[in-house]
Parts: sequence; structure tokens; C-alpha cells
Amino acid sequence: MDPRVLDQFLFIALPYVCLFTFFLMTIYRYRTEKFSYSSLSSQFLENRQHFFAVVPFHYGILAITLGHFIAFLIPKTVLAWNSHPLRLYILELSALAFGLLTLIGLISIVMRRGSISKVRQVTTTTDWILFVLLIVQTALGISIAVIYPWGSSWFATILSPYLWSIFLLNPDISYLAASPLLVKSHIVLAFLIIGFFPFTRLVHLLVVPNPYLWRKVQVVRWYGNK
Amino acid sequence: MQVRSQVSMVFHLDKCIGCHTCSIACKNIWTDRKGAEYMWWNNVETKPGTGFPTKWEDQEKYKGGFELAENGKLNIKSTSKTKIVPNIFHNPHMPTMDDYYEPWTYDYQNLFNAPEGSVQPTAKPISMIDGKDIDIQAGPNWDDDLSGSPIYAENDANLEGLTERQRHELSAIERLVFFYFPRICNHCLNPCCVASCPSGALYKRGEDGIVLIDQKRCRAWRSCVAACPYKKTYFNWFTGKSEKCILCFPRLETGQAPACFHSCVGRIRYLGVLLYDADRLEEVAKLPDEELVEGHRSMILDPFDPQVIAEARKNGISEAVLEAAQNSPVYKFVKVWKIALPPHIEYRTLPMLFYVPPMSPVQASKPEDTIKHNSDNLFHDINDSRVPMKFLANLFGAGHEGGVRYALAKQKAVRWHRRAETVGDVDRETADRILREANCSREEADAIYELTTLCKFEDRFVIPPMHREQAIEMMKDPYEHKTEVGFGFVSGPARGL
Repeated sequence: MDPRVLDQFLFIALPYVCLFTFFLMTIYRYRTEKFSYSSLSSQFLENRQHFFAVVPFHYGILAITLGHFIAFLIPKTVLAWNSHPLRLYILELSALAFGLLTLIGLISIVMRRGSISKVRQVTTTTDWILFVLLIVQTALGISIAVIYPWGSSWFATILSPYLWSIFLLNPDISYLAASPLLVKSHIVLAFLIIGFFPFTRLVHLLVVPNPYLWRKVQVVRWYGNK
Repeated sequence: MQVRSQVSMVFHLDKCIGCHTCSIACKNIWTDRKGAEYMWWNNVETKPGTGFPTKWEDQEKYKGGFELAENGKLNIKSTSKTKIVPNIFHNPHMPTMDDYYEPWTYDYQNLFNAPEGSVQPTAKPISMIDGKDIDIQAGPNWDDDLSGSPIYAENDANLEGLTERQRHELSAIERLVFFYFPRICNHCLNPCCVASCPSGALYKRGEDGIVLIDQKRCRAWRSCVAACPYKKTYFNWFTGKSEKCILCFPRLETGQAPACFHSCVGRIRYLGVLLYDADRLEEVAKLPDEELVEGHRSMILDPFDPQVIAEARKNGISEAVLEAAQNSPVYKFVKVWKIALPPHIEYRTLPMLFYVPPMSPVQASKPEDTIKHNSDNLFHDINDSRVPMKFLANLFGAGHEGGVRYALAKQKAVRWHRRAETVGDVDRETADRILREANCSREEADAIYELTTLCKFEDRFVIPPMHREQAIEMMKDPYEHKTEVGFGFVSGPARGL
């Protein structure tokens, strides 16, 4: 097959299919299967390992995801920040550290879910698929950070324009032409995870409890809007 | 003044025989499902004892309820607003299944399917979580009737502050004493579970005060389980949602008493409306420990007071609810007679389930002394109760004995009065003196006697019309609604997708 066709499939068709699935299915699921929106915590069944697995994973993945979003949204600012080598090193090193934290957390989660029989009872096939996807994706990310350093800069110059072209409905894959296989796999897997997202427990991410910090202490519901 | 109505409860502990019928009625209706096997929305504990989950009253361990900070603020002990953000992934004070018990069943199939052998097959206990063989370590009511035991009763948090002698007497062989403590959700005025929920899934119903968890909004952040000091919100390990006692609201809405109330063999349970002033909530919840019981009671309003009635009407409380409030047995026990007290008010959630502290057993506690029972000494001095006053005060008075002593003195006076009336072997003057000392009139004593011993179904449960038709009216045309319900499909509580 012509490699250009494959590229067009992987970096234009697939992203749109996955993004479409993501938006359609999260909304559909929220409207029809609202009960299923839950973080499905298993802390009640096992407490100690839960702490050492779930906490590093969440802090790690939150920081990493936030980093990707920042580079996507404000690439110029990131480039400006990186213009000073020390700042670049700090950014790269902390990104790597959070990536490792995520991976350690993920592996601990898988070990916990696999080894504790009670927790295994509340682990579905979907969960296992998700864990595999996330571990591979995190491992790819860490490999890229090690093998192709200064990702915070080249993400801003190559990937941000590509992603913007996707979101602006004017896809342009020429930015990716020179990207190595590792980076391309990372992109493809990222879109696959986004497409898989609505069918997994990840949906709890969309319902993080933001009004809590501002609302009144007590919640009272009346028949009408009292 | 902002008048609100609340369906409230009284449990008369002197009448509880510890039969667990209430627990079974509740279990059969609500929690006999996967993920809820271990839950007991209603349970009956032996006191002194450690209860369910084990040592739930030990807030050093569980961090339930509110605490009054030095700056005068009321903070949630477990995860206040500032603490929830970093702790949302792993709740630091979440009890685990080990604090309750791992539910189990028996491998009955083995009795039929076991291969032929030299010994009889047995039905081994197996876990209801993973189906594996289980070594049963604990179960519901594991310490039932085990007061006096060094591993259970001795760990009761309410023994704090009791003298060595009192502790000894509580568990003395052949003289040990205990009573039963049935518990459901207190449907508090200042519920800590509601205050702690990051999703806002928990709420108090405005019209009747029932505290519920919106199952479609619960995201399993688990804050309510840690926050409720009474440990009456439970985490369903299968559906990934929290659940709690719903005060059988579908039954209440159709005029029936909740299942645990209805089935109560000892007829210890009373249910009725209380009107209260919601504006005073924060102020009362912040009172110092010794003023909490009285402050809580002062929030409850007189349903016969014209000003209260006017304010209630203004706030949309219907005539039928006002009438129910006037006939409420709970109002009499709590406000008029003052013999029902809230449990562990020091948690500052302002519970709306009140307990009449137990008098029994009638025999007094006098070490190395035999008490002769005769007409002059029929009922013991309440200060020599076999259950130490301090123990009851820890349960029902935030450690302060005044309210408990008042309630017990009045109950004792009722007994003297009725003895004088019906048997006549105690003289009328003594009975009247004891009534006076207990701040009780003959009429009041008769009323207490009647509602305690001769109470019929409609005396115990004064259920107001819940006006659900009004709730429907807010959403859509009731006639349209009528054509859409009653036939169709209800989907079960499945886990995730």
C-alpha cells in the first residue's frame, strides 16, 4: 500500500473517527446511562496498595496530560519558556519524572488488580484492555522523551500545528512527515485511547466534582425551584 | 424564622428486645442484592459493645462528623473542602470491608454434587465477593449479646470517663448488664454526608427532610462514607455507588410506615413530623458540647404556636403536614416531655432520630449488697442504675448527664405513678413527690404511660401526606404523567458499562 494512504488513514481518518466517537458516545452515555458514570473505586475492598498505586498514577497522568494540553494550546509560550536552556531542562526533567510516576502507578494498579482476588472481581475486560493501552502509551511517551529529547519544544513546532489543523477541520499531515515511528505510534495510540474513552471507566474524568468548592455546605432539593 | 418540616423518629430503648426483626425487614426489601450484602441500613447493637462497623463511635479512628475549629468554623473532620482536593484519589479515612465484614454464603451445591466418599459432604462457607473459601472472622451482629466480653464490650467508645468500679460493675459475672441500640440513618438536620459530597449527589428533601443519595450523580468519591459519624452511608462495592437508608420513602409516600417501624415487635418506634427553624441551624451546630442537646431541642418549634403556623404556611407547608405535626408522637417525646435524646450530638450533625434512654433493668447497682424489693423500694434510685449514668450520657448527652438524668427521673416517676394508680401498694403521696421531683404532672405521666405501653399503630406513626403529586406537577402535567408510568422497564443497578 502506498505509505501516503496509510498516513492519511492513521492521521486524518482515524483521528476524526475517534474524536467523533468520543464526543458522540460520552454525551449519549451521559444521557442514557447516567448511572454508569462513576469512578468505580475499589478502595473499599483494599486500602493499602490502593494508596501506593492510585495516588502516583493520578498525579502523574494529570501532570502529563496537562503538559500536553498546554503545549497544544499555547505553543508559542512554551517555546518562549524553553528559550532559556535551564528552563528547558527543568521542564523536560519534570515531564520525564511525571511520566515515570505514571508508569510506576499503572504497573502497581495492574499488579494490585491482578493479585487481590476481591479487587479482581470488580475488574472487567474493558479495564484490562484500558490498562494495556495506557501502559503501552506511557512507555512510548517515556521512550520518546529519552530517545528524542526536547519534546516540549518540538511538540510545539510540529505536533501543535498538526493538532490545530485537525481541530480546524483542515487536516495537514505534512508536519508529521519527518516524525519517527515512535512518535507516530504515540499519536495513533492517543487517538485510539480517545476513541475508547467513552466505553471505559475513564468517563469519571468528565464529571470531576468542580461545583463542590463553591456550593453551599448543605444541599436541599425541593419539589419546585425553591 | 424559616419553618421547615422533618419526618422524625423516636426509638424507645426501654422497649427494645433486640430481636433484629427490623434489620431483617429492611434487608429483605432493600439490601439483599449484589454489592449490598454487607450493608445493614438498619442494625441493632448490643451496648456496651463495639457495634457495626466495628468501633464506629471511635472518631479518632474514623474521623466522622464535624469539629468546631478554633476560628469558630465548623469543619468536616475527614475531608473538608481544602482537604478533598489532594485526597480525592485515595480517601484517607475511608473504612474498608474489613471494618464491616466480608459477606459469605454456603456452598450448598456441594451437598448434592460432591463425589462419593467416606465422609459426609459439607456446605463450606464461601465469600460472596470472590466465591472462595472463607474463614469467617466477623459478621453482622458479631458481638450480639456479648456485653461483658473483653474483646467487644471493653472496646466501646462510650466507656470513656467511667470509673474503674463502674466498668467492673458493667461486666461483673452474673450481674453484667446491657441494652440494645437499634440504629438507622438519623436523617440529620446538618448531615455531614451531604456536606462532604464532592458531586452534590447527596441531598436533603426540602418537604420531609429525608436524606438521599442521587444514584445517577454519585461518582464513588467515597467522602460520605468517611464523613458520616454514624457510618450509615455504605459503599456498594459492585455498582460503585454509595447507598443509605431511604426511610422507606416509597412506603411513606403511600402512607405506610417504614418497614423497620412497621415490623418492630417491641413497638419501640415512633414516627412523626417536627417543625424546626432552619435559620438557626448553623448557630446551633456551633454551640459548645454542653449546650448542644438543649440547643437542638430549642430549634424544634411548637406546632400550636400561631406565629409558627403562620410562618409555616408562608413557607409552603401544607395544612395536612401542620396537622400531622400537631399530632406527632415525636414532638411529645422530644419537646413536651423531654425524655427522648439525640444520639452522639457531639458529632454536630443534629440527628433527627431520638432515643428514650433505657431504665431497665429495674434492679439497682450496689456492690456487696443485696437489695430487697418491697413497696418502698420498688424502683431503684436512678443514680444507682446498673447502666452507669455516665455511659448513657456519653451516648445521649455529649458526656453531660443532665438530660439523661431528667429523662430517667421522669420515666421512673411514671412507674411510681402508675403503680400507685393500678396496684396501690405504694402510697400516693410518695408517688406525687417523685412526680414533682421529676417535673411531671399526673396527666403528663398518664400520657407518657399511654403512648409508651398502649400505643396503637396510628398513635406511633403519624405520617403526613407527602404530596408527591405536587412534585410531579412541577415537572409535567399529572394526567400526562399518569399515562407514562406503571408499565415498562426498570433497569437494574449494573456496574459501569
